Amino acid sequence: MALTLVDLRLGQTAIVEDLLGDSIENQRLMHMGIVEGCEIKLVRKAPSGDPIEISLMGYSLSLRQNDARRIVVSS
Amino acid sequence: MNSALNNANNLAVQALPGGDLPIVVTIGNPNTGKSSLFNLLTGLNQKVSNFPGVTVDYLSGESKIGDKTISLIDVPGTYSIAAQSPDEMVAINVLLGNVPNIGAPSVVILVLDATNLRRNLFLASQVRELQLKYVVALTMTDIAEKRGIEIDISALSEALGAPVVPIVASNGRGLEELKNTLSQVLAGPMPEPIVLNVEHHEAATKFASEVEERGSPFHPFEIYRALIDKGGFIEKRLIDSDPAIAAKLEILRSELGGGRDLTTIEARDRYSWINAKVNNVEQRPAVSTLKGELADRVINHPVYGTLLFILVMALVFQSVFAWANPLMEMIDGATASISNWVYATFGESLFTNFIADGVLAGVGSVVIFLPQIIILFIFIIILEDSGYMARAAFLMDRLMRWCGLSGQSFIPMLSSFACAVPGIMGARVIPNAKDRIATMVAAPFMTCSARLPVYALLIAAFVPPERYLGGWVSVQGLVLLGFYFLGIFAAIGTAFLLHLTILKKETANFLLELPPYRMPNWRAVVTKLLSRAGVFLKRAGTIIFFVAMVVWVLATFPKSDDPELSAASAIEQSYLGRASQTVAPLFAPLGWDWKVTAAVIASFPAREVVIAVLGTLYAIDDPETQQESLIQRIRESKHPSGEPVFTVPMAFGLMVFFALCLQCVSTMAVMRRETNSWRWPIFSWVYMTSLGYLGALLCFQLGSKI
Repeated sequence: MALTLVDLRLGQTAIVEDLLGDSIENQRLMHMGIVEGCEIKLVRKAPSGDPIEISLMGYSLSLRQNDARRIVVSS
Repeated sequence: MNSALNNANNLAVQALPGGDLPIVVTIGNPNTGKSSLFNLLTGLNQKVSNFPGVTVDYLSGESKIGDKTISLIDVPGTYSIAAQSPDEMVAINVLLGNVPNIGAPSVVILVLDATNLRRNLFLASQVRELQLKYVVALTMTDIAEKRGIEIDISALSEALGAPVVPIVASNGRGLEELKNTLSQVLAGPMPEPIVLNVEHHEAATKFASEVEERGSPFHPFEIYRALIDKGGFIEKRLIDSDPAIAAKLEILRSELGGGRDLTTIEARDRYSWINAKVNNVEQRPAVSTLKGELADRVINHPVYGTLLFILVMALVFQSVFAWANPLMEMIDGATASISNWVYATFGESLFTNFIADGVLAGVGSVVIFLPQIIILFIFIIILEDSGYMARAAFLMDRLMRWCGLSGQSFIPMLSSFACAVPGIMGARVIPNAKDRIATMVAAPFMTCSARLPVYALLIAAFVPPERYLGGWVSVQGLVLLGFYFLGIFAAIGTAFLLHLTILKKETANFLLELPPYRMPNWRAVVTKLLSRAGVFLKRAGTIIFFVAMVVWVLATFPKSDDPELSAASAIEQSYLGRASQTVAPLFAPLGWDWKVTAAVIASFPAREVVIAVLGTLYAIDDPETQQESLIQRIRESKHPSGEPVFTVPMAFGLMVFFALCLQCVSTMAVMRRETNSWRWPIFSWVYMTSLGYLGALLCFQLGSKI
């Protein structure tokens, strides 16, 4: 199993390797800057663990687990 | 500050016909201060309009630059020009001059947030590929400075091939320079577009002429987007116009992509370009000292954050009731004294009756809701502009999703406990169209303040005032709580059903930017407040007023010849009374007689009217102060057979009817405005009325058997 964004510890930073799934599903993610080589930090999780807050390129973004699970990263 | 000057200019501008003015479009990401900039340019003189056929608004206004007047159009904030839904087509349509009544833009103002340049440049790089004139407004430069972010203006200007003007929208710094630059660019030559992937654009242009030969005219830029945005809205339109295009599009995509999809190639191309450029343009301190990081740690903390959230919501709620109620009572009192004065001064006549019970009552029923609507709007706007709204959505997302909605539905649903109007208007911040519709359709089920007088009357009449547990738990209170829950469950059930049936969930990602905390700009708050309150008064006001007039006419005519006839008998032989007696058999299974039917029919424009109508029908002069005697008459009211009309099952059925039914023209008018069609208000009306009828039927029939 590849490491994805949901596997990161709070505060951990990682580099995006790949996006799983097809391009329609991932288009918005990519347009927000989640592309190969991008550095992402897992900032916090909502009380139920979903959604999560990440920071990238100097801004904060919230995304749901089902999107985060498709973002393959390497630490 | 040059607001006085601005306003004076705008007055002059208003006199001019707006037909042939050069059109200047502002476009940028959400949360960039684009609206504040737009306000600075146009002053308070702006108009909200719907784009035809979609559910999003745009702002337009005029501004004077030098001796020239320009017409400004604000495209709703967007992160990308790619469109998956008709709503997202707005940016492309405005830029290409495809929107009726709006001409092609003469200049485009690209609004870029200086603190967030990389992501902002993505949209800029997409837009910059069009052959148009550009000016870049670099906002938030004061915050960038505080954070130690340095931006090389001339390098940025060179990268984008357009002049860059730094702006501080909160105090107007840079505004004059922006205006000067605008007039220079307006008069200057057309620059070349900056195209990142020439191969893709050339292929698209070639394909566009092929498509045109087959009889479907599309702009080469639209064909380019269709090629890149697989599964997007332009592709859908293209294939609808000529199904054979689908296969050709696929062949072209695989030729160009060579194994990779074009969507991914576009995103990577653009971000590599951005990263290369930004390295020359921007200097960021190595350790980012994000201001608000600490605040965020508290605000989004699982425990403290949730507590704070509950506190904020309780404050909003308390304020609505504490501040709005005295104002509402004042308005109510004022309307009553004006109509008394009318009668006292001009005597009883058809005319004074029309003024007092028709016009004044109609105006009153619109104005009475303004206090709570305005207070809710102020809170919602401050929550939005400060950045807290996004945090609330983040906290509530899981729970709301479980209810078939999304995190951003929470504040609209909560507001609807006071009034569905600000709730429905607040739903516009939900980017996903389906979640937005589900929220708007579910919102009117929440127990709004207009339902309370009805519950209060019927609970007082039919629920024993017993208390248990040392007086802490009252049966009446529990019943009222039960009706609140009935509303909540009906809303959740409706949202669920909608997603299972009409609004199938799409695969769209749920992405929510958590913008940095900002002090709301009072100017922006006031402008938004005026525009939203104006929309309510204009759209809802005119419709409620009209419906109130119709009800007055129906309840007043035909006039009886007998001047001594009591008000109750006058209604009985009016059109309303006659119609109610005709349709009464339809409502007999609910246990209603014609009087209840008449009161319910008369309360369709606004549900709280039912108390007044019941008062008239049971010959009570002032049903609000004489609630006891109204309760007495209601209890004594008998069917022709001699059985009492108001039994406990019938009264509960009636309350269920009021809980579930959409007896509120304001809600429908606002829904119509926000969705830009009558489809959803009519659906809601039919759905909620049927549900109300069924609920009342079940309640009465089952209740009567026990």
